[in-house]
Amino acid sequence: MTVMDPTLEEVKRRAEEREVLLDLENVSLSFGGVKAITNISFNIKKGEIRAIIGPNGAGKTSMLNVINGFYQPQEGVITFNGEKRSSMKPHLAVSQGIARTFQNVALFKGMSTLDNIMAGRATRMKRNMFWQMLYWGPAQREEIEHRKKVEEIIDFLEIQHIRRTPVGTLPYGLQKRVELARALAMEPELLLLDEPMAGMNLEEKEDMSRFILDVNDQLGTTIALIEHDMGVVMDLSDRVVVLDYGRKIADGVPEEVQSNQEVIDAYLGLSH
Amino acid sequence: MQVPPSAGMDTFPQLLIRNARDWGDRPAYREKDLGIWQSWTWREVLEEVRKLSLGLKSLGCKEGDKVAVIGANRPHLYWVFAAVQALGGVPIPVYSDSVAEEIAYVLGHAEVRFAVAEDQEQVDKLLEMSEKLPLLEHIIYEDPKGLRDYDHTSLHRYLSVQEAGQALLDTDEQTANEWFEAVNAGKREDIAVILYTSGTTGRPKGVMLTFKNLIVAVENANKFDNLDENADTVAYLPMAWVGDHVFSYAQCLTAGYCVNCPEGPETVSIDRKEIAPTYMFAPPRVFEGMLTHIMVRMEDASKMKKKLFDYFLDYANQVGERILNGDKVSLFARMKYAVGEFCVYGPLKNEMGFSRVRVAYTAGEAIGPEIFKFYRSIGLNLKQLYGQTESSVFITSQPDGQIYADTVGVPMPDVEVKIADSGEVMYRSPGAFLGYYKNDDATKDTKTEEGWVHTGDAGMFLDNGHLKIIDRAKDVGKLNDGSMFAPKYIENKLKFFPNIKEAVTFGNERDYVCAFVNIDLVAVGNWAERNNIAYASYQELAAHPEVYKTIQSHVDQVNKDLSQEPMMAGAQIKRFLVLHKELDPDDGELTRTQKVRRNFVADRYAPLIEAFYAGETSKHVVTEVTFEDGRQGTIEATVEIREMDTYRTDAMSAIGEAAE
Repeated sequence: MTVMDPTLEEVKRRAEEREVLLDLENVSLSFGGVKAITNISFNIKKGEIRAIIGPNGAGKTSMLNVINGFYQPQEGVITFNGEKRSSMKPHLAVSQGIARTFQNVALFKGMSTLDNIMAGRATRMKRNMFWQMLYWGPAQREEIEHRKKVEEIIDFLEIQHIRRTPVGTLPYGLQKRVELARALAMEPELLLLDEPMAGMNLEEKEDMSRFILDVNDQLGTTIALIEHDMGVVMDLSDRVVVLDYGRKIADGVPEEVQSNQEVIDAYLGLSH
Repeated sequence: MQVPPSAGMDTFPQLLIRNARDWGDRPAYREKDLGIWQSWTWREVLEEVRKLSLGLKSLGCKEGDKVAVIGANRPHLYWVFAAVQALGGVPIPVYSDSVAEEIAYVLGHAEVRFAVAEDQEQVDKLLEMSEKLPLLEHIIYEDPKGLRDYDHTSLHRYLSVQEAGQALLDTDEQTANEWFEAVNAGKREDIAVILYTSGTTGRPKGVMLTFKNLIVAVENANKFDNLDENADTVAYLPMAWVGDHVFSYAQCLTAGYCVNCPEGPETVSIDRKEIAPTYMFAPPRVFEGMLTHIMVRMEDASKMKKKLFDYFLDYANQVGERILNGDKVSLFARMKYAVGEFCVYGPLKNEMGFSRVRVAYTAGEAIGPEIFKFYRSIGLNLKQLYGQTESSVFITSQPDGQIYADTVGVPMPDVEVKIADSGEVMYRSPGAFLGYYKNDDATKDTKTEEGWVHTGDAGMFLDNGHLKIIDRAKDVGKLNDGSMFAPKYIENKLKFFPNIKEAVTFGNERDYVCAFVNIDLVAVGNWAERNNIAYASYQELAAHPEVYKTIQSHVDQVNKDLSQEPMMAGAQIKRFLVLHKELDPDDGELTRTQKVRRNFVADRYAPLIEAFYAGETSKHVVTEVTFEDGRQGTIEATVEIREMDTYRTDAMSAIGEAAE
């Protein structure tokens, strides 16, 4: 009944078969004279867990910001779900199915866990302010439907006990989980996770890894994650792209990337 | 569904049929799911159980088969008991927090063919051990999360088993009648359940209880406390523990009351508040935890509130218990107490979910007299009972109005209790177990031919007819000077301080008594926060000089108390240390029910004990620990050992001197 570890070829073949969800072609981003991203191309395929790694300042977070439309790259083409995308605002990215979590937790600290996750449903609520002011009727029915979805996410991430707790008072590991819950509430096709395990202890990391795998496996969500814990990256991801000083230095399955000399040099540093 | 008119009341499935007939529309089980309480009536429960039972039958479950149940308190898991019993099989609940090896031992020993697991976590444990369990044929799981891609040749979803059962009902009309007939053929003398005791020593033993054992014991208990179908209780203690089996299954089926299952272990206090049970049970540590929590939060309350709280609690302390016991109390005092009820006691009980409680029990360990008195004074009818797995729980219990903090009450109806010459408590009752499964030697050692069962506890009857338990009989020893040493008795005195979570004392055949202390991280951590004491870990906080000072004052108080009791005065604590790690069931130091495994701890920390008696003042130790994921690691620490003053009593002056 045990699951056999697939061979390297098997892993590669599986990756090949998948459809491309997001494609970046020759993307460059600069802030004045500072080049954050230089001519990077890679893709994210449907249903995979794609890790973006690299030393500090390599441009990983900028990359995520480009993907979800927060930054506009000066050059390059981004194709999402087969559609070429021109200038875009983050809220449009959300409605297209891209959700994210942040490196520093960005929750509404004074609001309860439940309200924070409900906020994640905001873009999916159809009724206008008039109906919502009425309280009864269609707006209430809609809210109940959304609440059900939110409760399913709460159940999925096992945070029932903090449903009514203001998130500001929660430990860090749980806040991260609430943030993931809020991102999931958008029912995204592509989920961007910016250092989901930063500052967590071993047990919390294990929980988080399990949730990420479950999200990927059960909900079929495609995941792009930035993470510094190499153990986590190598265990979780299907493919890894490595950035250094805004350039792509490697791209492939974890085993390949791990043995790539350029990657090793970038992480350990080279004597000049 | 047609409920057949006649059914005996000899087995639990038969009682289930009676309940479906008499109280068909009353709630039987509730569970909070997706934030909403879902309930099942007795009729629905019977239907669910029948489907499951027939589904299990189609998988090959037959009379005499053992079925393990592993998971937290879920209505679906309680129904497995009835479904298996209806087929003449024997359910075996297993502690869900046990590691895979422990589960494998129980399942192997019990020759289990089927296992019903709650979720992926439990299924993984079973699969991991599948090589060691050749007899285990089918695994059924309730929560499908994460299990989709598993090989389903011998793995089944709970729902699909029920669907298989339903399909049988749909295709053949005779199936339903045959099932009812099979249930009615069940006999009182059949084995109802095998419960594995957690065991402070050695391997767990399987206690076989018959339907008669459980039903008679429970019916007496229902009468004792007037429990009927209107009661509500919250199921949150491990299902493998006899207490939960009795309170959430046996008593529920006989009395017909409703069992409420919380969302998860962390939400118990919230869910309890929502349900407000009328009948509840909790081990002393739960009551201690709640009190600590309240006191910690009151520290943050406004001055006015704090004053009101202190004033009325002080008043409750004077009259509350007398009012609860129905003693004579002046009208003025009653009115003042009513004001207190409105301002303080009522809201306090509401916060803890005790608003509707008619009877609350605590057992398993001694409860601190202060804590016991606190709850009773605010009007909670908290009582103690004494029992064990082998007795279907009930041996003695405190009748309403006759409550003493240091006793466990009078024998229950139909129970005979005597004190053996060795000081051991023995009982004979209809609830007394049939025997240990596949362990006749142990059965013979525990149960005499006349039916008397050794409890293993040392105790005595007080003048008022109440039983007082001192310690485990085999743990009671003597110091080298001949004075009596009852470790548990001293440890309990220590543990009554909120700052001390656990204590282990040593002294048998030694010159004097020494103690290991575990601090309570909630209480001490809160104190540290208030006093700006920074700490990174349990270990660091435990070694803090201020913490040592506080613990030392507690030990000193215990010594003072002990010196007042002629029998115990010789066993005052001479030296103590605060342990560098918390005692943990994962390391085998505690049982799954959080009881200290004394000998194991003594072996594990032998260097520290040597240091005690060698007179050293500090000792460097390296201890192996098991992390939650099963990996091994070590912690190192230099532990300080402190010397204590002992007190002399006039009666025991000679021994007092010897101990100096």
